[in-house]
Amino acid sequence: MEIPGYLPREQLQALLERLQQQGYRCVGPRVREGAMVYDDINHADQLAVGYTQTQEPGHYRLKAGSTVRQFAWANGPQALKPLTFAPREELWCAQEQPDGSLKFHPAATDYEPVAVIGVRACDLAALRLQEQHFLDSCADPQFAVRRRSLFLIAVNCTHPAQTCFCASTGDGPEVDQDCDLSLYETDEGFFVSAVSPAGQQLALTLPLEHGDAELFKQACAEVTRAGEAQVRRVPAKNLRDSLFAQLDHPRWKEVAERCLSCGNCTQVCPTCFCHSETSVPSVDGHQTTHQRQWDSCFSPGHSYIHGITLRKETEQRYRQWLTHKFGSWHDQYGRSGCVGCGRCISWCPVGIDPTEELDVICTDVTGRPE
Amino acid sequence: MKAFPEKPTVAVHKFSSCDGCQLAFLNMGADLVTLTQRVEILHFLEAGLDNPNTPVDIAFVEGSLSTADEIERARRVRSASRYVVSIGACATAGGLQALRNLDNSHDQWRDAIYANPQFIETLQHARPIASEIRVDYELWGCPINSRQLLAAINALLFGVPPIDDHDKVCLECKRQQQVCVMVTQDKPCLGPVTRTGCGALCPTFGRDCYGCYGPADNPNTASLSRRFQGLGLLPDAIARRFLMINSGAPAFHDAGLIARSGGNQDD
Repeated sequence: MEIPGYLPREQLQALLERLQQQGYRCVGPRVREGAMVYDDINHADQLAVGYTQTQEPGHYRLKAGSTVRQFAWANGPQALKPLTFAPREELWCAQEQPDGSLKFHPAATDYEPVAVIGVRACDLAALRLQEQHFLDSCADPQFAVRRRSLFLIAVNCTHPAQTCFCASTGDGPEVDQDCDLSLYETDEGFFVSAVSPAGQQLALTLPLEHGDAELFKQACAEVTRAGEAQVRRVPAKNLRDSLFAQLDHPRWKEVAERCLSCGNCTQVCPTCFCHSETSVPSVDGHQTTHQRQWDSCFSPGHSYIHGITLRKETEQRYRQWLTHKFGSWHDQYGRSGCVGCGRCISWCPVGIDPTEELDVICTDVTGRPE
Repeated sequence: MKAFPEKPTVAVHKFSSCDGCQLAFLNMGADLVTLTQRVEILHFLEAGLDNPNTPVDIAFVEGSLSTADEIERARRVRSASRYVVSIGACATAGGLQALRNLDNSHDQWRDAIYANPQFIETLQHARPIASEIRVDYELWGCPINSRQLLAAINALLFGVPPIDDHDKVCLECKRQQQVCVMVTQDKPCLGPVTRTGCGALCPTFGRDCYGCYGPADNPNTASLSRRFQGLGLLPDAIARRFLMINSGAPAFHDAGLIARSGGNQDD
């Protein structure tokens, strides 16, 4: 096995400087309002240090000062999604001309290059699914230019949360593709593995030391253990038929009694792509901006067609979310839409756990998992 | 919708309220001047225009119905206006003053507070505008903001019904990339049952939503009440979450009374 070069923790700033020299705005984990969020980083000192976390259904807490490491946590409320699929953005605008006709302008697609430090394997898997939707299925110029502008520095996950189940969806915790650099964190620094050609070029400019084989073995073992330590799982099979055979299962009603239909699960989900579009006219009435914003299958507008809302009840909305994410997503994109990041569990205000709901709904009457 | 004349006329009426929603007009600043090139404002006391009975195309109504006189006045507004749009929590749900509806002690409060209660001619209950006259559109919020108001005016001028945005605050909170104060800090946030429109203002400043925009579509107040219970709130504290600015909105009213009686809806 080839041992990747080693970047001592105090040299992390060198990585940042190389990225900045190449024109990247750097984004990395910082603590804001009690959560780990991706935010601008000008200096390596600004990266969060020493945090671990507890995630449970409807519960997220960071604990400071419990480690020397910088990535000893699973994830925060957002993955890469806001960087490529903006929560709200302009698509085009229309301007009334003196002769009464309309002139349309597409929104600008200038976007500064962004380097993200601390990407997780689940986030990369989610990005691949978003690419299927926004690049292959319905080509989106905004998404395309933002995706091209990303430089992704992944950190292999060593501290899964109680809510994580990426091992069972096959999306983590180990990073193997679709990023530029893949880092393994140890107490003193990082093994830096170049994944893409751009990553290789950047790695050549880093003050990397010779990597110790034994230490690298331990670092890899930590990631393996992170997968084994996960306590939640989804059945490792296509749930499409099981789910669609259970559209009248009483559990839908039970979950709807708890579900707030607030859409938080879909907003933190790194693969959810639903959005609504709206026109925002100017005050003088001569111009209108067409905006796109994140929406959710839990909102009334999602199933509104010509005077009626098809899914009025929470029961129907929850069923839509779960049957799409784990069922019809297979028809759409050839796999489940879940990457096992567990965000929908932690950030549900009432702690609804889709893995538990799937267990109940996809179990046949004899109690055997189908 | 029928087309408006070249320059539609507008009135801004005030009933029992704090005047704060009318500021959504005045806070527009230069935009208000631009707007007056498209509409003619004929009545707006707070801006110095006093023609309350002039017929208009669009009447915005702030405040609740709190006196017998106001009921008469609301009827006059209705008959003089093509469209009536109620603005703000007072007009849409009775507002803070509707708290007096909850304990049926109007007279006792009046006599305890005012030195000369014989001059106070308030009704026992404060009611929303739509309880007395037909209201075409409602803008919820305490107070409403200029963005909401402009969107409604623009829609009416373009001849389409204003969008009734009754999604939950949570959706906007996440779009704004705010961290959930309930999940990270156990704060009893009303965002999951409250109508959007404020831009998730309170969570942006790290505090819990207190429901000033009223109930959202499909609000599961029973589940949220149980969650508040789990966070350690006593029944009276849960009731006070719901029975505040929009205590007159049925979903919050009922949730508050159920909490106050110490029980869950499903008990």
